[in-house]
Amino acid sequence: MTPADARVLIKERFGLEAVADAGLTVSVPLERWQDFGRFVRDELGCRYFNWLSAVDWKDQGLEVVCRIENLETALVVFMRTRLAAGQTACPTLTGLYRGADWMERECYDMFGVVFEGHPDLRRILLSDDWVGYPLRKDYAVDTAFAPYR
Amino acid sequence: MEVKKPIPQIPAPVWTEFKDLQEWEKYHQSRAEDDKTSNALASIADAIHHMPGGWIVTTSTEKIFNWARKSSIWPVTFGLACCAIEMMATFASRFDVERFGMVPWASPRHSDLMIVSGTVTIKMAPMLKRIYDQMPDPKWVVSMGSCANSGGPFRHGYHVVKGVDRVVPVDVYVPGCPPTPDSLMYGLLKLQDQVKVFQQTGKRSASSDPRGA
Repeated sequence: MTPADARVLIKERFGLEAVADAGLTVSVPLERWQDFGRFVRDELGCRYFNWLSAVDWKDQGLEVVCRIENLETALVVFMRTRLAAGQTACPTLTGLYRGADWMERECYDMFGVVFEGHPDLRRILLSDDWVGYPLRKDYAVDTAFAPYR
Repeated sequence: MEVKKPIPQIPAPVWTEFKDLQEWEKYHQSRAEDDKTSNALASIADAIHHMPGGWIVTTSTEKIFNWARKSSIWPVTFGLACCAIEMMATFASRFDVERFGMVPWASPRHSDLMIVSGTVTIKMAPMLKRIYDQMPDPKWVVSMGSCANSGGPFRHGYHVVKGVDRVVPVDVYVPGCPPTPDSLMYGLLKLQDQVKVFQQTGKRSASSDPRGA
């Protein structure tokens, strides 16, 4: 399936406009996040979950981004969804992709995005007693805490 | 959907015993008085000193002890980051610090020197402190490279200790990113100068002038 075909299919199935640059970039509404993930896996054949991360847009809320690829046809899909300001809940993709497990844990670790339905959501890189989510824009890096300043 | 509460699996890190920075600084200041002084050696020197003419012997023993200490500084094998590569090169045959009596030793219990070679993360700091605590007195610390000195290029990161001197007392700072083996060797020779005089002053070597003694 070429990117152009995929673009048409996305348009007719979800009514979403896919922007084609490095891959297909689709902004997905939060409630269709898992549906779209299943569609990408089953019908576009993208079975390689490359990465998942988030962007902090400050007062406009967090945005979860992930990249999924079809390695046979070299089709790349970026899917992104915007959480409302102050919201941290996002549906999980772990039921569809095993590779999403640790990625979502890392995203929870760094941004505090709570993936609903994740089987084992706890910190992965930072120590268990860490306070705060360091990659958020409002995280004060130079906060004093003993014995490190 | 439940978010699992974090389960603390590591025993409480050593540095949590300090409630605030003031207490921590007080600890370091009080430690400066008696650090690096072996009680047994001090009592022997004290006893000899009270014998008639004993002060002559005392000065001599101090010199011998310090000569022995400075000639066999064993650094603990402990590398953290890319600086460790330069440290290994320093230990290896081309630069060969073994001619100064420095043998990299794979146990902190037999070591005199810790070369902090690389970035100390907040997660690593308790382990570093634990290794330091396992080393017997007298012991020295060389902070190698920008990261260990001040946090270096990662100073504004969320996870980096901004200078290893916030965890353990440091004797010699070696600048560089990473320092070349030559720089580290210069630092180690500076350390030897400090070790040569530390017993005479009875103070931490940082406050004494190695050249003046």
